[in-house]
Amino acid sequence: MSIDMEQFKVTFVEESLEGLDIMESVLLDMNPGATDAEAIDNIFRAAHSIKGGAATFGLGNIASFTHVVETLLDEIRNGERDITQDAIVLFLSSVDCIREMLSADQNSEVVDQEHIEQVKAGLDKMLGSTQESETASTEDNNAVASAATQDAGWQIIFKPFPGMLRTGNDVVRMFRELAGLGDFTVVVDTENLPPLVDMDPEEAYLSWDITLQGDIEKSQISEIFEWVEDDCELEILPLADSHIEIVANGSNETEKATDESKPMDLQVASPPPERRVEEDRRQPARKAASPESSSIRVGIDKVDDLINMVGELVITQSMLSQLGEDFDMSRVERLNDGLAELERNTRELQESVMRIRMLPISFAFNRFPRMVHDLSAKLDKKIELTMSGEQTELDKTVMEKIGDPLVHLVRNSIDHGIETPEARKAAGKSETGVVNLNAYHQGGNIIIEISDDGAGLNYEKILAKAIERGLVGENEELPEEKVYELLFEPGFSTADVVSDVSGRGVGMDVVKRNIMALGGGVDVKSVKGEGSTFTIRLPLTLAILDGQLVRVGDNTYIIPLVSIVESLLVDQKNVNEIAGKAEVYQLRSDYLPIIRLYDVFGIEPDRRSLDDGLLVVVEGDSKKGGLLVDELLGQQQVVIKSLETNFRRVEGLSGATILGDGTVALIVDVAGVVRLSREREDGHCPADQIVAA
Amino acid sequence: MDAAQNIAHEIQHDLESDGDQFLTFILAGEEYGVDILRVQEIKGWDSVTPIPNTPEYIRGVINLRGTIVPIIDLRRRFQLEAVEYGPMTVVIVLRVENPDGGKDRVMGLVVDAVSDVYNVPEGAIKAAPDFGSVVDVNFVKGLATLEDVMVIMLDIDRLLNADELSAVEHIVQ
Repeated sequence: MSIDMEQFKVTFVEESLEGLDIMESVLLDMNPGATDAEAIDNIFRAAHSIKGGAATFGLGNIASFTHVVETLLDEIRNGERDITQDAIVLFLSSVDCIREMLSADQNSEVVDQEHIEQVKAGLDKMLGSTQESETASTEDNNAVASAATQDAGWQIIFKPFPGMLRTGNDVVRMFRELAGLGDFTVVVDTENLPPLVDMDPEEAYLSWDITLQGDIEKSQISEIFEWVEDDCELEILPLADSHIEIVANGSNETEKATDESKPMDLQVASPPPERRVEEDRRQPARKAASPESSSIRVGIDKVDDLINMVGELVITQSMLSQLGEDFDMSRVERLNDGLAELERNTRELQESVMRIRMLPISFAFNRFPRMVHDLSAKLDKKIELTMSGEQTELDKTVMEKIGDPLVHLVRNSIDHGIETPEARKAAGKSETGVVNLNAYHQGGNIIIEISDDGAGLNYEKILAKAIERGLVGENEELPEEKVYELLFEPGFSTADVVSDVSGRGVGMDVVKRNIMALGGGVDVKSVKGEGSTFTIRLPLTLAILDGQLVRVGDNTYIIPLVSIVESLLVDQKNVNEIAGKAEVYQLRSDYLPIIRLYDVFGIEPDRRSLDDGLLVVVEGDSKKGGLLVDELLGQQQVVIKSLETNFRRVEGLSGATILGDGTVALIVDVAGVVRLSREREDGHCPADQIVAA
Repeated sequence: MDAAQNIAHEIQHDLESDGDQFLTFILAGEEYGVDILRVQEIKGWDSVTPIPNTPEYIRGVINLRGTIVPIIDLRRRFQLEAVEYGPMTVVIVLRVENPDGGKDRVMGLVVDAVSDVYNVPEGAIKAAPDFGSVVDVNFVKGLATLEDVMVIMLDIDRLLNADELSAVEHIVQ
């Protein structure tokens, strides 16, 4: 039987990466000296599964590396050593190493062997220091035994207690797994088998003496017996130097065990009482931890919801088809009810499906504790990271694209925002700076705030830099927010010293561009001496939007409702012309540029005159404009289809959708249209515009 | 098992010895051919949604069972005289390889009429002569004479990935 291991390997890599994330986050929460058994267990378990998986998939380097980590963790777990700051740092770099090895294997790259050896040497050194001091401890001898890979193999004496089979354990399966590890011979002991009449088929009467030869680690064997540990008498002995001697020893043991009474067996097999207590305590922790590690998958509740909806949909469908079989006008009311029901079902189904794509933003936030930890050490700053609203849900695709911009902003806050402890003290602030990440929903958007209590943006410095770079005229007066917006200009940096953390001025423009590409925006607020806040606004999903259908000539376009401020009938009184070119509309105290949609899109409209025309006031990229359209049609939710899949990006359009009648309607990219119309005015001036005005 | 493999080999062999199959279509009296494996479907002309600010030969997009597919008028693309679309006018929906190695793209070509399917033996396709700048032979894979008719074999990847169709995309990215 051959199984395609590759398909499992993908899962292994995914789970290992998740495991590493867990290890990292737990390690970061850990305080030196305090032994939190649950936390250690969490790390240990993650390391253990990585090791086991790596060995299964033939990733010897990862397995052996993780093994050392695991051994060290085991000692901490058993209370043989304390958690020191050094140990935490060492574990964190081990996490990095394992991650590196995993990704190297994934991408068939070469790992930085030197770095790994260095970390491993550190681990070995730490491990060695206890082993020297505590060689007397038997517990430790075990560790040594398990640390050394047994080339020769193992002898396993396995005596199930009578009740073992009732717990659902299958000896055959276990043996099959053992056989997979190496050269496997088994001798069955039928001594306890009663005559057939007395036999209870559910009891275990047999015991086995197994010899397993090959390059196997003890932990691999224990793993197989993990579930039956408490239900049997188990001895795993190395087949070390003298094979015969040990076998003899083993058979002695066997005899002894068969002769002696139950209580004695218990003493040999089950762990000492205090350890059992510990184990019991561990059990609930394991349960509590599991949803964390599996949360990348869709929660079962969401799937259940979906199944419910589909059930209802099926009922409605059968109701409708029944109605259709012999339909007459007297039943038209029932038909309408049915259709209304169908609409409700579809909408609910749609919402549920969308919810499946939603993940809590903690997926994006999770990487920050480690980053802040590393950066603060590197920059010699004291920084505390606080996070709120981690459970705010966000579409998976948006989440994937927002990661890098967030990293950039957080780095900036730490590098430029938070001052050195001395400077903070001098300014009368606490030495520890605070960086806060916050996320919440607002309308159809998610808002992510990155704030720090640092020095704030330096208005004068930014302005000076902008003047130096010729972005702003010498004597130009700019409001504060406009100055801060300059930060997002390409190549703009005010850092005095360019560090490898940030300051090269590459990035803020990319941050803004990425966020804009997602249909969002970013703002800065800053108070000198008190800190600054970057606010990112993003649509919750990229797949569906609420749209206003408008008609221009023969064409139907969709304007996203979020960018519509209002719609109005043009009053010729309020139309002004600037230098005979640009038309503006006076709306209360604002002047809006009038954008003739037919002109921007080069199509034939019903009417060119502004009088009594319909103006849709839109705002995109914080610039307003009035779009002149022929008719407002309905509002509806539309599914966004990309034009890029089979075609390319088109300026002024953000995509297309399919309307109820099967035709394609284009979705207007408001910011793009505003930009297009401005370029047009800069370039040339269409004749009809002058004529119409 | 062996028998099945043999049959598969035979079929494979038959296919290979016959060369590739080409679908041919008529455009302004000339016969053009495209690799039949690239043809996804052939459908009648139906109205399209025009896309603003695109060259005239891009007629617009249609909804092909939920995907947005751009439709290109090959007459206009080759700067031939445009004609009214009639009952014979068809749209050949083709799969085009993405030059960036991404997913294949689906596009439609408006042509005057479909003609035939030919087996074109290997070696029957001759390189097109160089016409200098008068005719752009970049999109022509070669010429072949099939049953006394000269067929112009098109390289649809070059044709449909060329210039405006993808150039702007590169700039944006």
